[in-house]
Formats: sequence, structure tokens, C-alpha cells
Amino acid sequence: MKKIVIIDYGLGNLRSVRKGLEHAGAEVVISKDPADVRDADGVILPGVGAFSDAMKNIVPFLDVIDEYVTSGRPMLGICLGQQLLMAHSEEGQKTTGLDLVSGHVVRFPHTGLKVPHMGWNSLTIEQDHPFFKNIPDGTFVYFVHSFYVDTDPAHTLASCEYGIRFAASVVNEAGNVIGTQFHPEKSGDMGLQMLRNFVNMC
Amino acid sequence: MLTKRIIPCLDVTLDEAGGTVVKGVEFVDLKKAGDPVELAKRYNEQGADELVFLDITASHEGRGTMIDVIERTADEVFIPLTVGGGINTVEDIRQILRAGADKVTINTAAVKNPEFITEAADIFGSQCIVTSIDCRRNPVVDSPDRTVITLEDGTPAWYEVVIYGGRKPTGIDAVQWAKKVEELGSGEIMLTSMDRDGTYDGFDIPITRTLSEELDIPIIASGGVGNPEHMYGGFVDGKADAGLAASIFHFGEYTVGDVKEYLKKKGIPVRI
Repeated sequence: MKKIVIIDYGLGNLRSVRKGLEHAGAEVVISKDPADVRDADGVILPGVGAFSDAMKNIVPFLDVIDEYVTSGRPMLGICLGQQLLMAHSEEGQKTTGLDLVSGHVVRFPHTGLKVPHMGWNSLTIEQDHPFFKNIPDGTFVYFVHSFYVDTDPAHTLASCEYGIRFAASVVNEAGNVIGTQFHPEKSGDMGLQMLRNFVNMC
Repeated sequence: MLTKRIIPCLDVTLDEAGGTVVKGVEFVDLKKAGDPVELAKRYNEQGADELVFLDITASHEGRGTMIDVIERTADEVFIPLTVGGGINTVEDIRQILRAGADKVTINTAAVKNPEFITEAADIFGSQCIVTSIDCRRNPVVDSPDRTVITLEDGTPAWYEVVIYGGRKPTGIDAVQWAKKVEELGSGEIMLTSMDRDGTYDGFDIPITRTLSEELDIPIIASGGVGNPEHMYGGFVDGKADAGLAASIFHFGEYTVGDVKEYLKKKGIPVRI
């Protein structure tokens, strides 16, 4: 059985991610202990809340995440977890991120649309990747965010339109670090399929 | 394109045996008609975009059983879950989110102590904090500071915030309160017009539209839906981001899917 570690560095609902991964047949550990990451087959960087708080809380994990990612094993950042993969964010004071995927985090411009971007929006799949196996183009997923990731097409797995077109899912050069701005664990059957795809990558 | 959300609401209460039931459910073909988890699964299968659980007992005893309902729902239903009713402290929120909910609604506690919104949003993030505003039309405009809204028949009125399930008027102007709630860090507003709640007459369009136009955060319209056309009215005339309804779904008159099919035909973006 694949062992997936959910890094517990803050607050909020981790139960749904855990259950979604368990549905996919994984053994799930929610952990505050960096040592748990060492022998993980997969790592989830969940996230709700503020970027700078999250970066503060994640400090004890920094070395072990670097080591883990270098080993080529898969890591998935969800929502704020995707944003943390970037070099920096303009949320609050300009804060440095994990810098695992090229890009940075910016606030939605004023386009007359409501912020946060909250609800179900459709994905445009931009690249083939095992994470999106059996996920049709146009699939609806659940978003809730006020900031988004600004990156280049090479690092964009899927995009979404909300006043502007932004990266709904990102990937690093090696293909093992991915992020989703949406919540697969709250995106119904299609979201569960993505979590299953992630477990299969591990 | 961002879709309009259809949100069934489950008013959860305790029965004599201490078990949880959903008020007003008359599905004949459910194994246990009032079981909130069964109903949540049913609505999920019908295509609900989110679910709201309101703990209308909001007792100490009820809180424990509510947590159990959320946990059992979150284990099987993978869409956003919002929980409200009697939420007064950061610890209440923490427990509910840990159980698998994504958002909480706060209502009376926010009116009594507005800083609670900021405190909760700072800890859990704005996206978790939905402020529920119950209001009632007041035709007597008693002060120039009131936000006057023109009703359907052309008469002026202001909308007054009410608390304790609509029993207690507060003298607070609902539009001004909504703006303050946004400033304080709330991520969304659930707006219920007590004049419409339970009437089947449709949403209260004047106040819904006013808040939708004046605020930057999403507005969930609530109260009064009797048919799919009312949902359409809430989105087009009320400019709401989401529509919440209870009875029309509980009584089995319409499924969530029926409402969405209707909206789609009328050109409203929905997730089907």
C-alpha cells in the first residue's frame, strides 16, 4: 500500500483529503513530524489560510521537502499548497515560497468580478500528465481563492478563466511536483479520480 | 466559466432519542427520511454544488451529534460543506472544520461581537467564514442614515438585521452591516430575507440585488424558493452568486438536477 503523508502545518479541513486518498487505496498519515516525509511514497501540501503564516509553519519541513522532491517522488500542493510551490507571493508582505515551480503569486486584478473566486469552474487541460488521466477537458472543479499563480505555459498543466486566464494546475520541470489551485478533495467524482491518479503516480 | 451554485440546506435538529434529523423532509423512498447523511448523499448524487447544515437546536448536546453528522458526511461526500448554528467561539470553528467542513456560517455571534469575524478570518482564512445575515423589510424609514431600497411596488423601505432566528430586531441597517462584514474579513454572505423564508414566493430581489451590486464578496441568496424560476430570478434579477433552498428539495418536488436543467436551458451557467 502506498504511504501518503499529508503535511499538517496549519488549520482547516484535512479530513476530506485523507478520505479521498483512502478511497484511492492509499495509507494516509497526517503528520507534523518532518521525519515522516522521508519514507513517504507521496506527499500532500494542503492549505487554506494565509501564505506567510503557512511559510512560517512549514519551516521545520523545508530540508526534508527539498530532499524528498530531489528524490523524484511525487508531491501535490493543493490550493494554498500550490501557491507555496512558487518563488514568492505578494500576499501580505512579499513572502518567499518554496521555489519548487517557476512563478509567483499575485492577487486577482479588479475586473468587476467577485473576489474570492469561489465555486465550480471548468478546466482547460494544457498538457498531458498522469495526474489528469481520464479527466476530460472542461471538467468542473471547486475553487476558492483570492490569489493565483502567475507562471509560464511550460509549467501550466491546466488553466481556468476568471476575468483572466490563470494556472489552475502547475508542474515542475521533472514532472513530480504538481499543484492544483482547486480542491480535488471537494470536486466530486472527478476530483477523486485526480487523487486516484496521484496515488497511482506514487 | 464560473457557474452559479445550487445549495440545498439541511436544517438539522435532535429528535427525542437524541438522534439528528432534518426538519421538514418528506422523501417517502429514503430508508430513514430524516437522516442528514443519507440526504446529503442524495443531494450530492443529484448534482448539488455545496451543502449547508444548519444546527437549529444549537445545544451543547446537539453539537456533538452535529460533529458526527459532518464527519460521516465528509467521509462519503466530496463537495464543500458549510455548517452553521450556534457558532460562538474559535474553538467551535476549529472542531467543525476538523470534522470535515470547509466553511462555517456565523450570525448572531457576529452581530453581538463583530470582531469575531476578523478573529476567525485571521485564524482560518476568509474563505472559511460565511456571515449569515437575516433581515426583514422595514417600511418606516426613521433616519436619514438608513439605506433606502425601492421595493417591487415602488415603495421605499430599509432592511433591518434580525437575530435569534428572526425573533429579535437589532436596529442595524442590513446593507451597512453587509459592507462592514466584508471589511471585517468575511469571505461570503448568506442572505436570508425573513419576509420570504418559507413563503415559496421567491427570493427577496431588492435586497439581494443591492448587496450583490455593492459588495465584492459572493452572495448566497436564501429564503423563499418555491420553484426553479425563483432560482433563475435570484441569479438574473438578484445577481446572486449562489442560491440556497430547503423545502423544494426536501419534499421531492424538484431535484437539484431538475433546477439545474431548467437554468441551463435559460442560459445560466451551471455545473451539470
